[in-house]
Amino acid sequence: MDLSFVIAVEVLYAVASLVLISAGLAVVFGMMKVINLAHGEFMMLGGYTTITAVGLGVNVFIAMLVIAPLVVGLIGLIVERLVIRHLYGRLVDTMLATWGLSLVFIGLATMIFGNTTTGISTPIPGFAVGNYQISGYNFFIIVVAVVLVIAMLAVLRGTRAGLIARGTMQRADMAAALGYSPDRIYMATFFCGSALSGLAGAVLAPLVGLVPTSGGAYIAKAFITVIAGGPSLIAGLLSSATSFGVVNQVFTFAISPVIGEVALLVAAVILLRLMPQGITGRFFKGKL
Amino acid sequence: MSLNRRDFLGRTAALTTTAMLPTAVFADGTIKLGSILDASGPFDAYGKPMDQAMRMAVSEINEAGGLLGRQVEVTAYDTQSDMALYSQYGQQLTRQDKVDVVHGGILSASREAIRQTMRKTKTLYFYNVLYEGGVCDRNIFINGVTPAQQVEALVPFAMKNSGKKVYILAADYNYGQITARWIQKFVADNGGEVVGTDFFPLDVSDFGSTIAKVQTAAPDLVIAPLVGGAHLSFFRQWAAAGMKDKIALASTTLGVGNEHKVLTPEEGNGIMCAYNYSQELDTPENAQFKEKWAAMFGGDQSMHEIAVSHYHGIKTWAEGVRKAGSLDRMAIIEALETGISIMGPGGKVTVDPKTHHAVLDVHLMQMQDQQMKVIETLPQRQPVDTQAVCDLSANPNDNTQYEIEI
Repeated sequence: MDLSFVIAVEVLYAVASLVLISAGLAVVFGMMKVINLAHGEFMMLGGYTTITAVGLGVNVFIAMLVIAPLVVGLIGLIVERLVIRHLYGRLVDTMLATWGLSLVFIGLATMIFGNTTTGISTPIPGFAVGNYQISGYNFFIIVVAVVLVIAMLAVLRGTRAGLIARGTMQRADMAAALGYSPDRIYMATFFCGSALSGLAGAVLAPLVGLVPTSGGAYIAKAFITVIAGGPSLIAGLLSSATSFGVVNQVFTFAISPVIGEVALLVAAVILLRLMPQGITGRFFKGKL
Repeated sequence: MSLNRRDFLGRTAALTTTAMLPTAVFADGTIKLGSILDASGPFDAYGKPMDQAMRMAVSEINEAGGLLGRQVEVTAYDTQSDMALYSQYGQQLTRQDKVDVVHGGILSASREAIRQTMRKTKTLYFYNVLYEGGVCDRNIFINGVTPAQQVEALVPFAMKNSGKKVYILAADYNYGQITARWIQKFVADNGGEVVGTDFFPLDVSDFGSTIAKVQTAAPDLVIAPLVGGAHLSFFRQWAAAGMKDKIALASTTLGVGNEHKVLTPEEGNGIMCAYNYSQELDTPENAQFKEKWAAMFGGDQSMHEIAVSHYHGIKTWAEGVRKAGSLDRMAIIEALETGISIMGPGGKVTVDPKTHHAVLDVHLMQMQDQQMKVIETLPQRQPVDTQAVCDLSANPNDNTQYEIEI
């Protein structure tokens, strides 16, 4: 009983962390069609921002949930103004440009923070479930992911800004004809996407040893999740994160962590073979 | 004899070089020490202090009047954590710079990338890093700790402090696989039982499910030969789950790159390990070493296990040259094979003539407030793993890395 609870928490946690890792990319790539290969580096910067802020005496939760998203969002804003905005609609070019950006960020982070592993410890203690100890921080990650999804849903569906953003992504020319500046809206959306990446990096920072090249560990998973999710932003994110998180954890528990990683990738290949448009290309059509 | 442009250019170049040779060689010139290390890139946490250690050792040698009355000059290449650059710079050091000795290489892959070049060009080579053991080649001298030296000491120490049921969490490449086999052997030898072994690719940074899985096996002790930044997450998540006070933890790698200074005291306290060096070693040699290091590098204190091994390696080579009284490669090898010893910050280091590995002190340690507190010193441990497969005095032409059967 205790064990099944622990496993359930771990599975939920795996799904939640996939949602977090992929949310920023889902906005930038899923909505805006910018292949952001610097996504992992945005997360890495979020982690470093948190560690620096905590080092300066800021409360760790404020650092993670407020400062990191803001700082990385602003970095994203600058990047968008300088580079990305010239490349909208040029899929391959954005790939090359953002790959270059990722190298720049790795270089900058190395210069500023050095190449040694850094980190902060988790702010929430572990606790016992029967005979088992589990990390209290896992629950925090799950809560953040749930709140994030609800917030995204609320903004995109419930607010005028969300409506305008969605409209612009579908038909920029129509949005322009109705008097909205696509340029501004793209800028704001990219800011939000970067901020989400920063948030993910920040929230995961206490769990990992951070180095400037840490971003590389997330980028593949993020792209797999977003691509397998398909055209619908939130339904896609949730459905693919759930599939992959469950597959990964079940195989990790049943066999070994190596097989868990392999199973995730095999699942992705099979899924895309059967549903080339992603999960929401077949199911949940028309959902957000 | 036909002469085309390419031949002509080649020969003129050769002639010019020969013409310039006497000034370089016969003017009682310097001794050339080639260094090849990852001083930048992902492995620079290892490579930078090694480079510093090398420069410090050389400056000490030169201050003491050099070797054979000649100064030692460093030719250093930074391989930028790129294995391809090792082959390139290895060629450059041996064929172009024609150095007298090469010290360097960090990962086992980098050593294997240049070892054959050194052998072919008859350039003496020192590899000074903790590694998985088994290299048998008369042209190479190895100063790092091998699994038998380290694991043989660590396992009984850790089991005595915890219990008989052991769980192994290892990195999934040759170092982790081989070390895990050694741990299994020594756990069995000490009357214990391995209740589980898991391997992790180097980029895995989420250990949540593993931590739950370890608990289902309920071991008394977890031994973790995990490698790199992503794997450091394990120690963090282990503490976050509140496991630290329930199950004892030991590692064969944590601290080699000063990782214990990254973990907070709450995360690191109590983790057991065994190395040749700790900054907290209370010996006059170490105190002097740390002081000199701080003076030379502006207060820096980044020396660690493999930087100190590297320092030992260079000092050992210098001792060999002094004893040989010449720079001839075979003369130095034979001098080293007499079983030369040096005293370094990690204790006494002796060349094992049979294997060209090192006989050295292994210190049992426990992490305490971001320090590696030395609990006990096991003097002069033999590299028994490599000794079991390698005998260079019987087979001087051996050139293999043996995978040790356990």
